[in-house]
Amino acid sequence: MNKKHAGTRVCLLVTFFAAIAFTGCRSGSNKASQEELKVNIPENTGIYDDIKQAEKIFNALPSPIESAMLLKAAGAEFDASLLNPVDNAGRYVSNKSMALNLGIYTCDLSVASLYEQTQLIINYMNSAKKMADGLGILDAIDQSTINRLEENINNNEVIMEIVSETFLNSNSYLEDNGQPAIAAMTLVGGWLEGLYISTRLVDMNNFNGDKIASRIIDQKLSLDILINLLGSNQGDPAIDELIAQVNKLKAVFDKVTITASPVSTELDNASNSTILKSEAKTDMTPEVFKELASTVNEIRNSFIK
Amino acid sequence: MKLYRITPVFALLLSASAVASAQCKAFAKNDCLPELAPYTHDGNYHATTLVAGEEAELYKTFYSDMEYRVAVCGDVNLPDIEFLVMDANKNVLYTNKENNYSRTWDFKPQSSQQLKFVIRAGSLTKPGAVASGCVSIMFGFKTNK
Repeated sequence: MNKKHAGTRVCLLVTFFAAIAFTGCRSGSNKASQEELKVNIPENTGIYDDIKQAEKIFNALPSPIESAMLLKAAGAEFDASLLNPVDNAGRYVSNKSMALNLGIYTCDLSVASLYEQTQLIINYMNSAKKMADGLGILDAIDQSTINRLEENINNNEVIMEIVSETFLNSNSYLEDNGQPAIAAMTLVGGWLEGLYISTRLVDMNNFNGDKIASRIIDQKLSLDILINLLGSNQGDPAIDELIAQVNKLKAVFDKVTITASPVSTELDNASNSTILKSEAKTDMTPEVFKELASTVNEIRNSFIK
Repeated sequence: MKLYRITPVFALLLSASAVASAQCKAFAKNDCLPELAPYTHDGNYHATTLVAGEEAELYKTFYSDMEYRVAVCGDVNLPDIEFLVMDANKNVLYTNKENNYSRTWDFKPQSSQQLKFVIRAGSLTKPGAVASGCVSIMFGFKTNK
């Protein structure tokens, strides 16, 4: 009798602690992590001042798809040599490298899609699939996704829908299965790839008027979001390494100033969209840009090696 | 002995929380994603379970020369979902409470800026009632050129 009860107790305790392990991992971005968030808040981010009672805090980095769209909208020319070669996919075996390169390949896939590089779209979708499979993300990208992609290879709108859906499947799987650190690394990989490609396409002969350079300066606005995203997963060795790298990037971005006028709103009746009216002034010298490009290159090389 | 009785209850509650998270993905995809059309979804996933009266916050950078749509959706179990949008100086730029609790808002920033979204599951009018459900916030974009 006693033996039987002891066995049952052991089973129940195992179930109990397994359940804690399974759900407890998710607390990283919840209320419990607010102390960590406060520690990492940069001084110039007033918007974060009143983090207090929210049950859940989302730090939303630009997705790989958005990064690619920003690049194209800034008038960047396509250059396949800037993408992470698909042959590198076999190198990535750790969870960290697969997560970072899932983001990187998704960004490259988005770039290839926006520039209608049909063969590259298939190749980069396969590389992203390899990373997702390696991370155990079930059904994020399956054979039917590849088939659908091939069937619609000349339909840009459908391709972007497929890319967006596969990324949603990946990061929702990671978030819902207690892997927010891996989800965060995926986002960091995609964001840094967009930044890397941008830094390679700036026209130094027309630096002050270069639209891509403006977009690079804008990334300073996402830096505190990135730091908070990583900070909410602090303690994971892979995340701690990334925080150190991002701090190097922050040290350079701190040399750039962005000043914005107050925002006023006006409804555009034609589109029923609200215009957020404001002006921003920025300063970044070519020297600071070169330092930034070099830091980004160094970090990106460590991601894709 | 007490632990022996209480443990399975805790285990079940915690496992239920994980299952609820998985259900939020389906909710976000089926109920919220279609609200973004004709904008392109950015592919990011932001969803959580809230109890009536609770809040979530989201921080994101938006870029000039882009047009955005935000969709904020709540489970039918929850009261109306209120969301408000603040700039870096904490000025409220929009609240859906003044727009019949609309699930979407379209906007075009003239300069790139970080915005804060506060999402609140409204309080229940019936005292003592408890409601919880998924809330998701999704973004779509297009270039305005």
